[in-house]
Amino acid sequence: MSALRAAGAIMARELARFLTQRERFFAALVRPLVWLVVFAAGFRAALGLSIIPPYRTYITYETYIAPGLCGMILLFSAMQSSLSLVNDRESGTMRLMLTAPWPRWFLLGAKLVAGALVGLLQVAAFLGIAYAYGIHLPPLGYVAALPAVVLSGLMLGALGLFLSARIRQLENFAGVMNFVIFPMFFLSSALYPIWKMQESSPVLALLCKLNPFTHAVELIRFALYRQLEPLSLAVVAGATAVFFALALWGFEPARTRPPKRD
Amino acid sequence: MLRALLLTTLLASPALADEIWVTNEADDTVSVIDVETLEVTHTYPTGERPRGVTFSRDFKRLYICASDSDAVQVMDPDTGEILHDLPSGEDPEQFVIAPDDRLLYIANENDAVTTVVDTQSRKVVAQIDVGIEPEGMGISPDGKVQVTTSETTNMAHWIDTATHEITANTLVDARPRHAEFSPDGGELWVSSEIGGTVTIFDTATQMEKGKITFGIPGIRPEKLQPVGMHFSPDHTKVFVALGPANHLAVVDAASFSVEEYILVGRRVWHMALSPDETLLFTTNGVSGDVTAIDVATLAPVATIKVGRFPWGAAARPTAN
Repeated sequence: MSALRAAGAIMARELARFLTQRERFFAALVRPLVWLVVFAAGFRAALGLSIIPPYRTYITYETYIAPGLCGMILLFSAMQSSLSLVNDRESGTMRLMLTAPWPRWFLLGAKLVAGALVGLLQVAAFLGIAYAYGIHLPPLGYVAALPAVVLSGLMLGALGLFLSARIRQLENFAGVMNFVIFPMFFLSSALYPIWKMQESSPVLALLCKLNPFTHAVELIRFALYRQLEPLSLAVVAGATAVFFALALWGFEPARTRPPKRD
Repeated sequence: MLRALLLTTLLASPALADEIWVTNEADDTVSVIDVETLEVTHTYPTGERPRGVTFSRDFKRLYICASDSDAVQVMDPDTGEILHDLPSGEDPEQFVIAPDDRLLYIANENDAVTTVVDTQSRKVVAQIDVGIEPEGMGISPDGKVQVTTSETTNMAHWIDTATHEITANTLVDARPRHAEFSPDGGELWVSSEIGGTVTIFDTATQMEKGKITFGIPGIRPEKLQPVGMHFSPDHTKVFVALGPANHLAVVDAASFSVEEYILVGRRVWHMALSPDETLLFTTNGVSGDVTAIDVATLAPVATIKVGRFPWGAAARPTAN
């Protein structure tokens, strides 16, 4: 019972932090919307039309990138969450949380679930605005996408957790931006189908296929059309487990001690 | 999921479903699409360069304009067998069947004539001189007026079907390719491919009632080339195929304003409505496929690969 209370407290804190930071919510929505409205409009004519699963007919570029932008929201949300962990560590809240009488995996897991739910909220808000803008997906697809969005949120959250265990200072977060967010986002199927990438560079296409973020995007894309992509599910679930294991290893007591000052 | 789908398909297959028949201009074939499964079930060979296609009113015969064979072919849709050819004049491109189910009005693109053929006696009844490159063929619901549009003369020729003489000529914008009477016969709609417009005439006076122009953000205006037109089942909307703009325009039949654009395949030519009137099928020439659109929601449902350069389309119900 008190385990639930502890988990609840962690989640409530995460949610409260998100809701009180209005600009964070605003930024989380503006970023994908700018891509949808500005970037997609510019590229609409440039991208060749082709029908690939799960689509059954021709689609606009806006429709194509909608699942990728859901992934983008989750990616930024997860990285922001890991940023807040670095902050927690610097301020000492992290130490406080980890001294609670519950296993480390449970506390970090609760943190992870909380982060994924915050991501889900943002994705829901984005899809709502996108609907008003004219991106209409199958009605039941929105429901079917829920577990895919949550699982993708967990995977990216676990990655963020692991990164936060390795990052000592807040200033290093810019590096995360350069070395994690950008490559993950651009080397994926979020903005262009992989067959398109294959045409210009087979090596980049291979990197896209190996990128777990690609599979998160494809899992969401197929789910939005009420289809299951088994390979993507396997990759996302597997990557979640690996990242979480790495995060637990990273947060072992010996490793979470503040660095020795000389 | 897939297995269940397959099983229901197999179980359902003995009961024939409604069909859409599509002519493939570059393959010299017709493709038959099952309206239920949205899959091609048959492909039958035809004469060269099949374009215009229509069923007899009892759906027992399929008429095909085999343009480069200089013939209108008659096919048994149950077997896909070509029964015989009809004399058609040179290079038949489009035609329209009269409400009496007997006379075919055929546009002979190279000869600048409209040929009238009796499908029963298989004889040419009349040949009417029209403008250069006739193509669009429409007939009023009462069968009294036939309109031929000529692509180069840029005219709609109004033909009295009793005398087979032209009673009026009206100018339209460049390259008129299709003529369609409103279901009540009160209006004639003519699409002009190069002009990029659709002109609406009052049938009684042959006076212009309105003109429609199109515009899609991100698509160059010269690509907006209206060709095929089709009234919605409730007659409140008209679907206009916009050729290389790869979209259908949905036009309000009363106000003539464009309500929406629907993305389909590349170079959309013509359309056919499913017999139950729930789906509209478009032929997409360059992409070699057919897009099915939900008439109620105006959402594209699926795009089906057919032969190369699909052009004309016609529907056949199962219960016939």
